Amino acid sequence: MAIPYFPGCTLSTKANGYDRSGRAVAQALGLEFQELDEWQCCGATFPLATDNAMALIAPTRLLRQAQEAGGQVTTLCAVCFHVLRRTQNFLQGHPDALERINWFTEEPYLGNVRVTHFLELLRDQLTWENLRAKVAQPLKGLRVAPYYGCLLLRPQSEICLDDPDDPHILHDCLAALGCEVITFPYQSECCGSYLAVNKPEVPQQLAQDILASAQRHGAQAIVTACPLCQYNLDYPQQSVSGWALKPLPVLYFTQLMAVALGLPGEVWGMEEHIVDPLPLFAPYGATVA
Amino acid sequence: MSRIGVFVCHCGHNIAGTVDVKAVVEQLQRNGDVVFAIDYKYMCSDPGQQLIRESIAKYQLDGVVVAACSPAMHESTFRRTVEIAGLNGYRCESANIREQVSWVHQQDKVAATQKAVEIAESIVEKVKRNEALEPLVLPLTHRTLVIGGGIAGMQAALDIAEAGYPVILIERQDHLGGRMAELSGSYLNFQAAPDLLERKTQQVLTHPNIQTLLNAEVTSLSGYVGNFRVQVKQKADAAESPVMPLDELQPLSFTFDVGAIVVATGWQPYDRARLPEYGGVEIPDVVDGLTFEKMLRQGDGIRRPSDGKLAREVVFVQCAGSRDPEHGVSYCSKVCCMYVAKQAMLYKERVPDGQAYVFYIDIRSAGKNYDEYVQRAMIDYGVLYLRGKVSRIFREGGQTVVWGSDTLTGRAVEIAADLVVLATPMFPSSGSIELGQLLHISTDGYGFFNEAHPKLRPVETLTAGIYLAGVAQGPKDIPESVSQASGAAAKVLQLFSKNEMTASPLVASVIEELCAACGACVKVCPYGARQIHPIWNYATVNAALCQGCGACVVACPNKASQVRNWRVEQVLGMVDKLL
Repeated sequence: MAIPYFPGCTLSTKANGYDRSGRAVAQALGLEFQELDEWQCCGATFPLATDNAMALIAPTRLLRQAQEAGGQVTTLCAVCFHVLRRTQNFLQGHPDALERINWFTEEPYLGNVRVTHFLELLRDQLTWENLRAKVAQPLKGLRVAPYYGCLLLRPQSEICLDDPDDPHILHDCLAALGCEVITFPYQSECCGSYLAVNKPEVPQQLAQDILASAQRHGAQAIVTACPLCQYNLDYPQQSVSGWALKPLPVLYFTQLMAVALGLPGEVWGMEEHIVDPLPLFAPYGATVA
Repeated sequence: MSRIGVFVCHCGHNIAGTVDVKAVVEQLQRNGDVVFAIDYKYMCSDPGQQLIRESIAKYQLDGVVVAACSPAMHESTFRRTVEIAGLNGYRCESANIREQVSWVHQQDKVAATQKAVEIAESIVEKVKRNEALEPLVLPLTHRTLVIGGGIAGMQAALDIAEAGYPVILIERQDHLGGRMAELSGSYLNFQAAPDLLERKTQQVLTHPNIQTLLNAEVTSLSGYVGNFRVQVKQKADAAESPVMPLDELQPLSFTFDVGAIVVATGWQPYDRARLPEYGGVEIPDVVDGLTFEKMLRQGDGIRRPSDGKLAREVVFVQCAGSRDPEHGVSYCSKVCCMYVAKQAMLYKERVPDGQAYVFYIDIRSAGKNYDEYVQRAMIDYGVLYLRGKVSRIFREGGQTVVWGSDTLTGRAVEIAADLVVLATPMFPSSGSIELGQLLHISTDGYGFFNEAHPKLRPVETLTAGIYLAGVAQGPKDIPESVSQASGAAAKVLQLFSKNEMTASPLVASVIEELCAACGACVKVCPYGARQIHPIWNYATVNAALCQGCGACVVACPNKASQVRNWRVEQVLGMVDKLL
């Protein structure tokens, strides 16, 4: 059964590797993605001004597209997921706002779309046991540190995906692939987010702290579900000199899944990474070629 | 013909501003059963009550209707008044022409006056047929059950026993003292808690009026105030108990008749597994306050549980799980600001060159000499108080790292600590909710027992005869627990000051000849006051349990069930008058 899928802007451009590996993995697991016929940016932040319905028009239009596609939508990008799920929650609690938006867009959204993150589908629909059974190339001994960031989990009362103080959804996923999963104290700290645009020194410092802590705890790679986290942790590693740490690859969970499921190298999508993750997989005989 | 007097109250403008009270009086004077009717400004005032009393004598009244406020307001006032004049109190009734008339019909004065007349006349119909009743007299068992042998339970037991009444004190553990027995010292004078307890415990154990049952729990409760019957089960290992030597290893079941119950079941520490941001229970060098008390009681130095090294940097985290509706409990645990100050000072005495840090939201040291005590910790002992919350505690490189914020300097703080002490909230003892269900007393969402009124009845429950003492009702420290325990004991003694109890006679009764023993009333009675008599085979009423709600009257197909002074012919008479 095809699942309506919203890639979002970042996965269509900068984080193309996340999109490519995600689609391939979903197909291999029988959860094939069906991209929404028509879509635009989700808005990229969830507006906290509750009296400004205009800011919710973009995500509401996406929910409306999902309504046409069968009443649900899944995403890979943690930011898109965050915005869509909170918009959906907000509209359910504020029928007046929904009415105003519908009046403006003239495309009635009925308010009942189920927004999921792909991780949620893996956990609840596929289950970790079934994922484990489909692993062709277990990544035994690969020490990976899940990095959740902020938006995938918070605020817990609205996102309801996992406990922000003790998350394990990425842990469980990576454990199913055979990895040795490492918990480190920064796993749900902020990466600096959009400060990368106007105050790049902030995410740079945060990246240094996060990467150093993961390395102290023995990680060979960091794994995330958010393109912004991936960028903020990976990108500074090219330009900043004098860091007291070795380069640490920053991967999307779908990329590790693609390797572990034995999918061909062209769907791994690791070409654009600053720190080359490929050497990690050499011991398993898995190569892009 | 009856000789009923009707007294119409103005209640200032409350009634007279809407209802034409003179017209009401005139109408009632035409009623054949009414020999006298009059209006007055405030019927509940002294002159108003005197008017009623004088009229009873002057006109030889045999019934009184006061057309005034709701009976919930002044029915008992007017009943006392007519009794002084020699009339039975149950021959007096209130006709509510304020809440049911003047307050709700201010727009239509004519209709309001008409309604006031009709209500007053219908009450005349009722009073006419009212029986002269006497209060019920119920037996009273002058023995108390105290549940919980901590400081609160022991204090309540001693106060009641000292007044000369027998007490049964039951404790779930194999020793008395409760949580206080686990403490090292107590604020404000660091006096060792075990020493303070020892004397109390001995007093309890040797008191001739106190029977102590250890390893014991309540298993059932029946009856009502003054006449409870409780079953208590004592665990098999009670054979070890010095108090009740038992020669068999079966659980023992005892039944006691008691007149009053004091619930003093105390507290337990909050489950740290529910605080994953503080490492849950995974980090060996993170302990809670009660565990730190144990550490203070062992030897001189304070050592890290992980490797036994001296703890030189100790971080205390206040409000760890409390005042936090999202992750923990929303309430303030009240004692932590004080005991953290105490613990930090005791730590500094053990490890003088060590550093103690305290993260706090604000300091709640309301109490006599309490704030001075916290200031001593800051000034005399050099404990470093940091205003802010701790966000995360984790293990790194053999140290326990604490991330927090200092909101006074606006900076993030990172401390590599040897030991972290979490001031977790006091949480109700396990089994509190179940015990509440068993005793028919309510608990809040956490399991603390609810008092009857948060301000004016803080030691009573809504179930008559059951009282509360100590942390079972909500977080409090030792002096407060002791005060409340003495308060509960005073309430018990107030109850015991009478030889018998009186109760309202307005309860259901059964006309035996009409009863078919169908059991419909037994099923509908919400108070368990009905049963079918096993020999005579008709329904009976336990007058002490009956609240006079009338459910049985409605359920009874034969009209054998009647509530006193609300008999069917009375109600029909009232309806006839209205129609």
